[in-house]
Amino acid sequence: MENTLTSKQLLAKLQSEHYAGAMQAKKEGKLVAWATSICPQELLETLDIDVVYPENHAAAIGARKDAPQFIANAEAKGYSTDICSYARVNMGYADIQFSEAENIPMPDLIFCCSNICNTVIKWYENLAKTLHIPLVMFDMPFNHTFDVPEHSIRYMRGQIEYAIQQLVDITGKKFDYDKFSEVMKVSSESALWWRRATDLGRNHPSPLNGFDMFNYMAMIVCARGKESTRDLFKLWHDEMAEKVRLGKGPWKEGEEKYRIMWDGIACWPHLSVTYKTLKKYGINMVTSTYPESWTIVYEQNDLDGMARAYSANYANRNLDYGTGNVIKLVRDFDLDGIVYHSNRSCKLMDFRQYEVQRRIEGATGVPSVVFDGDQTDPRIFSQAQYETRIQALVEMMEENKIKKQRGDL
Amino acid sequence: MNNAQTIIDALCEQALHPALAVAKSCRDAGKDAVGCFPIYTPEELVYAAGFLPVGMWGGSTEIKLADRYLQGFCCSIMRSNIEYGMRGTYNRLRAVLLPTLCDTLKCICENWKVAVSQLPVIPVVYPQNRSLPAGEQYLKDEFSRVRLELEKLAGHPITDEVLEKAFALYEDWRSAMREFCEAASTHPKTINAKVRHLVIKAGWFLDKAVHLEKIRALTAALKELPEEPCAVRVVATGLMAEPVGVLNLMVENGMAIVADDLAQESRQFRTPARPEGDALSRMAWRVMDQRGCPFLYEVEKTRGQMLIDLVRQYKADAVVTMLMKFCDPDEFDYPIYKAELEEAKIPHLYLEVEQQMDSFGQAGTRIQSFAEMIG
Ligand code: SF4
Ligand code: SF4
Repeated sequence: MENTLTSKQLLAKLQSEHYAGAMQAKKEGKLVAWATSICPQELLETLDIDVVYPENHAAAIGARKDAPQFIANAEAKGYSTDICSYARVNMGYADIQFSEAENIPMPDLIFCCSNICNTVIKWYENLAKTLHIPLVMFDMPFNHTFDVPEHSIRYMRGQIEYAIQQLVDITGKKFDYDKFSEVMKVSSESALWWRRATDLGRNHPSPLNGFDMFNYMAMIVCARGKESTRDLFKLWHDEMAEKVRLGKGPWKEGEEKYRIMWDGIACWPHLSVTYKTLKKYGINMVTSTYPESWTIVYEQNDLDGMARAYSANYANRNLDYGTGNVIKLVRDFDLDGIVYHSNRSCKLMDFRQYEVQRRIEGATGVPSVVFDGDQTDPRIFSQAQYETRIQALVEMMEENKIKKQRGDL
Repeated sequence: MNNAQTIIDALCEQALHPALAVAKSCRDAGKDAVGCFPIYTPEELVYAAGFLPVGMWGGSTEIKLADRYLQGFCCSIMRSNIEYGMRGTYNRLRAVLLPTLCDTLKCICENWKVAVSQLPVIPVVYPQNRSLPAGEQYLKDEFSRVRLELEKLAGHPITDEVLEKAFALYEDWRSAMREFCEAASTHPKTINAKVRHLVIKAGWFLDKAVHLEKIRALTAALKELPEEPCAVRVVATGLMAEPVGVLNLMVENGMAIVADDLAQESRQFRTPARPEGDALSRMAWRVMDQRGCPFLYEVEKTRGQMLIDLVRQYKADAVVTMLMKFCDPDEFDYPIYKAELEEAKIPHLYLEVEQQMDSFGQAGTRIQSFAEMIG
């Protein structure tokens, strides 16, 4: 029965199981954790702790247009409109505890990893304080160097050991290193299949439509350590590989005219309009920085390697790495343009964006535009501005195409 | 009185004219300067390397060049720093130290390398899990790395002996600063909100040995003076007590700062070093022992209780938040300690500040009505 599902159906099934499963676990008195998106979930999975991801949950709430009530709740408590809207939505949810869009159980512990930003440190600190629950903190120092320095790895290694101890104390269970090893293996495999699938976007036309990728991303965030996730990505990969074989593009109707990268998180409350505007012009988002972000691959049982892999996330590394990474995407995916989402929520991404944009443009000649938006707060995005920027991008991409045909580029 | 006033005038003058003050300090000490970004820069290392550590806390200036790197929703202090850097204002510095304590600072670090490429940046990464042995070791390793960078810059090694001496000087300075704040709290007229801020701020542009001497003399002079009454006594919290225009409004409304939890002020010196150990360990422990700071992870979040304690200890009437707009670490703390203050029935005034603020109308109204309500 299972293997008759398409990957899209399987995704929907796994996603609803993920949320329903967590609710059920809570009911049965099992421990539930809230965790940041790119955290070493291997530890939690090993101890059989049910994990839900507030960022993913906030995104779901945002996409189903239910964010404003939670944002208003948080702001009424004194949270500034300037802070990350995922945090505002989640703080509001921690209070209201119900959304028409999607629900998660309240946590018994929280698990925070600073490799995505320092914002989550503050956010989780506040959760721990207001909910009176333990916090397991994983600090991954910012890599202003290209590589992860050795003393950083030692520090992270020390934290893994400490976190294991903390989790053992909280759960009262023994840490099963054999299971840990298995979870590490599956997590790496999921990451690899995620990467293989998203890499298919390199084909012309790309079988992958990047807005779908935003959806599939939910599972790489929420359940990397599970075999069902690995199998989902394998299925998705195989379906797209078949499309490649048949020369099929991203859409049933309409051809892929331009290939772009989308930099930053989606504008969840305006997902449909941002997508349709691109599609109208035949623009397909074939990749983003996310395929790389979740390519967390390391040798089984190599704790140092695991620390390095988590710390080496795009957001936690220097500009040389960041730009090198995007330049590679431009070449590997044969991009015609880039759309940068200046996302009010995420200062760590925003305040490097202008320089990244200049460097990429300098190195590749690929045109780009920046638009203002926010991942979950619907008030920042302006449809008119977005339209204008996308039109401008189309004009630049078209000019480049003509130049290319004439051999000027 | 006169003695105190002379010292006050000189320090205020220096705080209001950093460029002149730094030039003079460099001349007098025969040293080159190294810039120190907020918030916790290991100044002792800079000092031991033979440089004059200089604070880089932005300033009020028109932002033009920095727009190439930063959107308008970046905190004004960092927009100013990039602007000054690009404009060449900092060119007399030999290098800058930059702790990557928040997301904005990480980006500033990366942008600086290109935007202000003439001025080398030495990043300092603080561990957030600072109470763990692994965190302590990491911090010491970071300090050792920074020490090496500074040795390269200076062209000579920093001996342990020189470092111990520098650390001892800083400990003396920190203790003198704490004593000054005590004395200032009983003299809120002589040391009004503006004077208090400027006297402390001057320390960022002077050789600490020089500032120490002045502060000791000032404290001694204050102790000679009778205690002074004051209409409204407040504890200030936030990044920094600027722009000065806001402090003018406080003074006009009889509001004095009798204690602070400001990153630019007391957080630099409120935590004394542990007595034992070598300089590097003691430097690390100072960071580990720091409490109630929004930029250092602390699961207990003691800031609210600390503010309540300060209010009680200094018989203050209220807490004033000076929130640097777009400073998200500080913005995250606010709802938590706000609720705690409310629970403790401590009046509280929230002021949002920006360095590029040019009108104080709204702040003025709020300060006035708050002062009237309390006074
Ligand atoms: S959106 Fe940015 S600031 Fe918010 S949690 Fe994600 S990485 Fe952190
Ligand atoms: S956000 Fe806050 S801590 Fe960070 S640089 Fe700006 S003012 Fe400083």
